[in-house]
Amino acid sequence: MKLKGAQIFFECLKREGVEVIFGFPGGSVLDIYHEMPNHDIRHILVRHEQGAAHMADGYARSTGRVGVCLVTSGPGATNTVTGVATAYMDSVPMVVFTGQVPTALIGDDAFQEVDIIGITRPCTKHSYLVRDVNDMPRVIKEAFYLARTGRPGPVVVDLPKDVIQAQTDFRYPRRVDLPGYKPTLEAHSGQIKRAYQLIKKARTPVIFTGGGVVLSESSEELVRLAETLKAPVTSTLMGLGSFPAVVPDSSGNMDLHPLWLGMLGMHGTYRANMAISHSDLLLAVGVRFDDRVTGKISGFAPKAKIIHIDIDPTSISKNIEVDVPIVGDCKNALRKLIEAAEAEPIEGLDALRAPWIEQIRQWKETYPLAYKQNSEIIKPQYVIDKIYEVCRGDAIITTEVGQNQMWTAQYFHFSRPRTLLTSGGLGTMGYGLPAAIGAQVAHPDRLVVDIAGDGSIQMNIQEVITAVCNCLPVKVAILNNHYLGMVRQWQELFYDKNYCGTCLDASPDFVKLADAYGAVGLRASKPEEVEPVIREAFSIKRPVLMDFVVSPEEGVYPIVPAGKSISEMLLV
Amino acid sequence: MKHTLSVLVENSPGVLTRVAGLFARRGFNIDSLAVGRTEKHDVSRMTIVVEGDHRYIEQVTKQLHKLVDVIKISDITTEEYVDRELVMIKVAAEPSQRVEIMHIAGIFRARAVDLGRKTMTFECTGNEGKINAFEESLRPYGIKELVRTGKVAMLRGTRFSGVDSGASKEMKEE
Repeated sequence: MKLKGAQIFFECLKREGVEVIFGFPGGSVLDIYHEMPNHDIRHILVRHEQGAAHMADGYARSTGRVGVCLVTSGPGATNTVTGVATAYMDSVPMVVFTGQVPTALIGDDAFQEVDIIGITRPCTKHSYLVRDVNDMPRVIKEAFYLARTGRPGPVVVDLPKDVIQAQTDFRYPRRVDLPGYKPTLEAHSGQIKRAYQLIKKARTPVIFTGGGVVLSESSEELVRLAETLKAPVTSTLMGLGSFPAVVPDSSGNMDLHPLWLGMLGMHGTYRANMAISHSDLLLAVGVRFDDRVTGKISGFAPKAKIIHIDIDPTSISKNIEVDVPIVGDCKNALRKLIEAAEAEPIEGLDALRAPWIEQIRQWKETYPLAYKQNSEIIKPQYVIDKIYEVCRGDAIITTEVGQNQMWTAQYFHFSRPRTLLTSGGLGTMGYGLPAAIGAQVAHPDRLVVDIAGDGSIQMNIQEVITAVCNCLPVKVAILNNHYLGMVRQWQELFYDKNYCGTCLDASPDFVKLADAYGAVGLRASKPEEVEPVIREAFSIKRPVLMDFVVSPEEGVYPIVPAGKSISEMLLV
Repeated sequence: MKHTLSVLVENSPGVLTRVAGLFARRGFNIDSLAVGRTEKHDVSRMTIVVEGDHRYIEQVTKQLHKLVDVIKISDITTEEYVDRELVMIKVAAEPSQRVEIMHIAGIFRARAVDLGRKTMTFECTGNEGKINAFEESLRPYGIKELVRTGKVAMLRGTRFSGVDSGASKEMKEE
């Protein structure tokens, strides 16, 4: 039977198990929208295409499935670019379908024509311009396969209008044939052996984890390996949640996991950065040694032999030379390391590790993460502490970018993977709200909270209405300090307190704004109001904007100044 | 050190931009690049010459490999291989100089392919060194125009880095 391109589009999506599309219509994709009511697929109509891309991203990060968005040509397509780049930097599986002008007009500067393939080439895993309806099934199959396998990433599929109008016999390919794409999943046994020999000799090892542990679903393996080796664990922003920050102690109270160091890097904990600096062996798992993590390269783990596990060979020895590279899926490599550790246990491990664990305990006690809450003005960290307390850590948290993001990483104790959704690599302000909406679509019964700043929330504030009209009860906690706080902090520390362009003294009234959108607005201006506001917000089954008027000049500490080693932290 | 990379790519639109874009964005410098189809109609070969140390070339190779359209990369620098470049040079040549210039061309086994009132055009193939030497020999007469193809290369003997010499092409979906 002959099907139109637009029908083929839905048949393919059905076969890929797609349940929801985040989109915004326009001339070039009207045929797809015309066909949509005939198919059992949910469509979330956004208010700006950047929102669609971040929603698909939040959906993907919170589930591990491929997020899908559909936008029209020209501005529809360009509006997704920030979302595509965000997903690319953080390895998020996503397929973005963009409309395109009819093939006969491509290259003629037609109305709403843009070379979206050219524009997104450096920030996609791969991209396709479909010139023939007969190629559509193969291309869509490949797009989903590429997006979710290997190191995941966004794929853009550009669909010219005449292609989605054309007809052909529909056959969905059973397999993909991509001779140039063969990700290495199996870790090399010889390298595992070499790695374990180094691990055995180590006295002060640190396991350093990243987003790869989340993506490969290997939290269980990570915990098992860390406990087998009695090796402390630190994580990048992207890896938070893959190792349980808190565990129940003997009397059932939740307490920090004894092996947990917290996040490392520019705003890492004192103990994490010190442990890295004093470690003699670093087991890096699913990380890419980003500059925010390493600080000055020569000062990063100067005494350590480095073992690096990653599925992407380009991540290995890109920024830091490593001693034992292991290309493969983190889960596979961790399993093999566990096998090696169990086959050949380290003798006298407890005694061997005791001084190191003691040293870390001392670092933790010397400089714990701390702030002073007084009775006058709300400290932003206090809000995050209270959110954590009220939901008992059981929530999906998204963040915007800046101080809100770093305080969340420091003070919310993430203990399960896929519960922190944040733009780590690109640092996209405006990510948190749409990502929260995407996560709420996937998890209608879970508490989803966007921890935001008064600056970044305004970058995609239009999506509040998307949450309202789709009955998605996301909660937004705005840490309102009337500044672009992180930039202000840099100006304070490194730019002579010249606060140019960072003061947001003119902001909307977020409570009234929530009301105007049909959401609920709540405000806390005094410390004692914080907890009641959070409790009320979490009990309402509608979207809520919480406006926390916080201390305007609070900074994120510790901070490693740019260009310094991570052991050179400013602590207050 | 200069490295010669022999790269097999899908013969699809956009593959050259992907490769070129990668080099540009990552700040890799291309010395020369030659591209054309291979014995299989859907596969092209790029011969890319890049200069850099071991670590740099390793990163170039890995990044190229990451492109979905790139099927196979061989760094043949340290292998035994034959390489050729083609140059066409239009040189100023008064009628009285023609014999002399023809003589030089003969030494380099270059062929005259065109003759103007005051110019001669030669084609010459060979490795980079020979082409450079030929160019230098003609320079005193006045080179009006010059075009070079960039290097193409092939492994010597029975060894080959062809389309089917890699791992199996079939890729199964789990």
